[in-house]
Amino acid sequence: MKKLRSLLIGICLIIGLLFLGTVWLERSTGMSDAKVLNIYNWGDYIDPKLITKFEKQTGYKVNYETFDSNEAMLTKIKQGGTSYDIAVPSDYMIQKMKKEHLLLKLDHSKLPNLKNIDPQFMDLAFDRHNEYSVPYFWGTLGIIYNDKFYQASQFKTWNDLWDPQLKNKIMFIDGAREFMGIGLASMQRSLNSKNDAELDQAYNKLKALTPNAKAIVSDEIKTYMANEESSVAVTFSGEAADMMGKNSHLHYVIPNGGTNLWFDNLVIPKTAKNKQGAYEFINFMLDPKNAAQNTEYIGYSTPNKAALKYLPKAITSNKEFYPSAARIKQMEIYEDLGPKYLEKYNDLFLELKMYRN
Amino acid sequence: MKKYNTLLAVPYFLWLLFFVLAPVVLVVGYSFFDQSGHFTLANYAEYFGSGKYLLMTFNSVWYAFLITLITLLLSYPTAYFLTKLKHKDLWLLLIILPTWINLLLKAYAFIGIFGVHGGLNSFLGFFGILPKQLLFTDFSFLIVAVYIQLPFMIIPLFNALEELPPSFIAASKDLGASSTQTFFKVIFPLSLNGVKSGIQAVFIPSLSLFMLTRLIGGNRVITLGTAIEEHFMVTQNWGKGATIGVVLIIAMVIVMLFTGEKKAGGK
Amino acid sequence: MQQTRSKWADLYLILVFIFLYLPIFYLVWYSFNAGDTMNSFTGFSLRHFSELFSDTRLVIILLNTFLLAFLSALIATVIGTFGALFIYYLKKRRHRNTLLSLNNILIVSPDVTIGASFLILFITLGSIFSGFSLGFWTVLLAHVSFSIPIVVLMILPKLQEMNDSMITAGYDLGANNRQILKDIILPYLSPGIIAGYFMAFTYSLDDFAVTFFVTGNGFTTLSVEIYSRARRGVSLEINALSTLVFLFALVLVVGYYYISKDNQPRSKKKKRGLLR
Repeated sequence: MKKLRSLLIGICLIIGLLFLGTVWLERSTGMSDAKVLNIYNWGDYIDPKLITKFEKQTGYKVNYETFDSNEAMLTKIKQGGTSYDIAVPSDYMIQKMKKEHLLLKLDHSKLPNLKNIDPQFMDLAFDRHNEYSVPYFWGTLGIIYNDKFYQASQFKTWNDLWDPQLKNKIMFIDGAREFMGIGLASMQRSLNSKNDAELDQAYNKLKALTPNAKAIVSDEIKTYMANEESSVAVTFSGEAADMMGKNSHLHYVIPNGGTNLWFDNLVIPKTAKNKQGAYEFINFMLDPKNAAQNTEYIGYSTPNKAALKYLPKAITSNKEFYPSAARIKQMEIYEDLGPKYLEKYNDLFLELKMYRN
Repeated sequence: MKKYNTLLAVPYFLWLLFFVLAPVVLVVGYSFFDQSGHFTLANYAEYFGSGKYLLMTFNSVWYAFLITLITLLLSYPTAYFLTKLKHKDLWLLLIILPTWINLLLKAYAFIGIFGVHGGLNSFLGFFGILPKQLLFTDFSFLIVAVYIQLPFMIIPLFNALEELPPSFIAASKDLGASSTQTFFKVIFPLSLNGVKSGIQAVFIPSLSLFMLTRLIGGNRVITLGTAIEEHFMVTQNWGKGATIGVVLIIAMVIVMLFTGEKKAGGK
Repeated sequence: MQQTRSKWADLYLILVFIFLYLPIFYLVWYSFNAGDTMNSFTGFSLRHFSELFSDTRLVIILLNTFLLAFLSALIATVIGTFGALFIYYLKKRRHRNTLLSLNNILIVSPDVTIGASFLILFITLGSIFSGFSLGFWTVLLAHVSFSIPIVVLMILPKLQEMNDSMITAGYDLGANNRQILKDIILPYLSPGIIAGYFMAFTYSLDDFAVTFFVTGNGFTTLSVEIYSRARRGVSLEINALSTLVFLFALVLVVGYYYISKDNQPRSKKKKRGLLR
């Protein structure tokens, strides 16, 4: 009993200390009675210095909560119990959230800095007239390779991935839309195809690609490419930028023909409690200097045209990360497929993963 | 004792009611509905009718079995030797300590260790062994899974072995039994409760592993965990996900029947 | 006993410990890297530690995580211990097995299932009470909930080994229920209880999916933060954090061991309780 009792006392003591520690730290950040702005974002997806700057400028206290996938975020917002003032969903998810009436219609008069966004990234199909969303970062889906083993000329089109020499070499990102998309794009079909015959065709074609798949992984693809476990992978430009920062032998190419164009966007959920603060925050992030600072921290491509001049030329002149308008026209943004086809894509992908050649 | 005990077990019952029975009712309920909210048996029909899910089930059971077996084989001697150490309680705590570091980080560390240019391969290089592809193989997947489960097996085993009265072993020796005989006739049977509880703590959760199959296994093996994750998060067809959840619960009950007490041992 | 421990046994244990600590040392080693990745060690530097200390948000998350783990494991252990006692004292074996199966449901259910159903449960309960919101308390309840079964699993085998004649003897000597529990049963169970506590603690620290679903209003744990950083890449700042956690835990464990050692005479350790 003595042993249990001393353990109990010790644990209670530690709990007390930890509690005091948290209270003290939260006090020291000050403004515990200030109005709170709840931001729901991907982990580490904003320069923390900008949050501090925003807090100083406006007097709000920012609560930064994180999620790890669009769907996880949707579930949380849909089920309620929380109130986020800002969320950062991707394109197709905005469409879905719109359908489920989860988003607040934006009052553009409260966002004067919206004029800084490049017009070609405004008024996109997933959110006409930017009624509900403001683009935050954007990018593409492409191929990253290691120049010790390959050259750019080996990856001109998606079809080049079927090269038998690449047997058991390629890493794919673990996403049904992406993998099926490779098949569809290689046949010049829409990435949002809802044509069963086309999908089956893509499935059959992709079956021949599975022997080339070394692994189908997710975020850890960055580690694998950087430490040269693999030398070629299909991934998003954002992730590619991270990898290239870690290994100078890596290069990113966008194959000719169609590919995915993606956007992460700022939105205000309907359940927001601090709408005024949310508008101020969006406007703050649209400020060219702030956007440029954030872009340098994150390393993804910014849709903020006015911010480009504050960024190093080496970044903005890179055609793989800032492709020409003509090139962007060929790309396709994911649309919400609806439950039936979303499931079809995922079922086909699951079967491709399970029954590899 | 009994009445007194029932009173103290009230919170346990509240827990059973709200956090076990209510979620089970919810999960079972969901498994009978399709995405548009209509009652259906299609989820079960698909599960038992398609080779895909049966293969996944087989994979899950097979790998969980392997993981449990290897973990048990590694853990038993560890727990046994630990009981013989001087500061055994301290060593036991040191077995648990690695579990307090985040799982994802440890997985990343294993990626570094098992990589083609990683630690293990360069270590093998000293002996003239050429770098091998270790990741995305059953080998690395099983090692990392066993790594994660080890403490959960060692602790119940340790607790069972520690309480063995040394006099039993001495008596067995005095009666002329060899060490092997002593082990199989005396030590092992007496530690059986610990073995069972270890198997329950390892096998059952191993059925629904999903993160490691992707991170370390490169999605080369698809288990039920992968499918559940997909149904709950990606396609958000909770009915299908719940169906697999129900199957897992049934599988657990079967495991319990096999490892549970056969005779009235409690009293 | 001592002579049965051979050199091979020592070697085996050393290998097991190397295996268990290898990835930890790998992480710790790279937390001192001057570079930004775990691929190559470019030089010694403490900059990831200074980054960590200037990141107040992360430090608060760290403290919250441990507060939650210590507290939820404590509550789960108390509830679980009495739950195990109740199961043990059930007369019919069939009832025991049924209850034990119910007990294990949360262990077998995948985290996302538990997380999603707890979320729905909390929202439903929350709609009854006003002023309810997701946050620390819901996460605490959830962690207590998924930790209880492992505590029961750790304690039951000890109970099954317990010699009931001790208790009968206790009653014969005129002890009441409370005394029996306090002076005989709990001391006897203490290794199981402590093991259960540590397992519950581990479960709480490790959990991502359940916490993610039931948290809100700015309350976050380390696991949620780390997993959601994966898309952008987990920085070495997190390694530095792990190093600190590891060292802190090491000091705590060794410190606890020596303090508890001084508190009780060594020779009496085996027969604690009964002889007091």
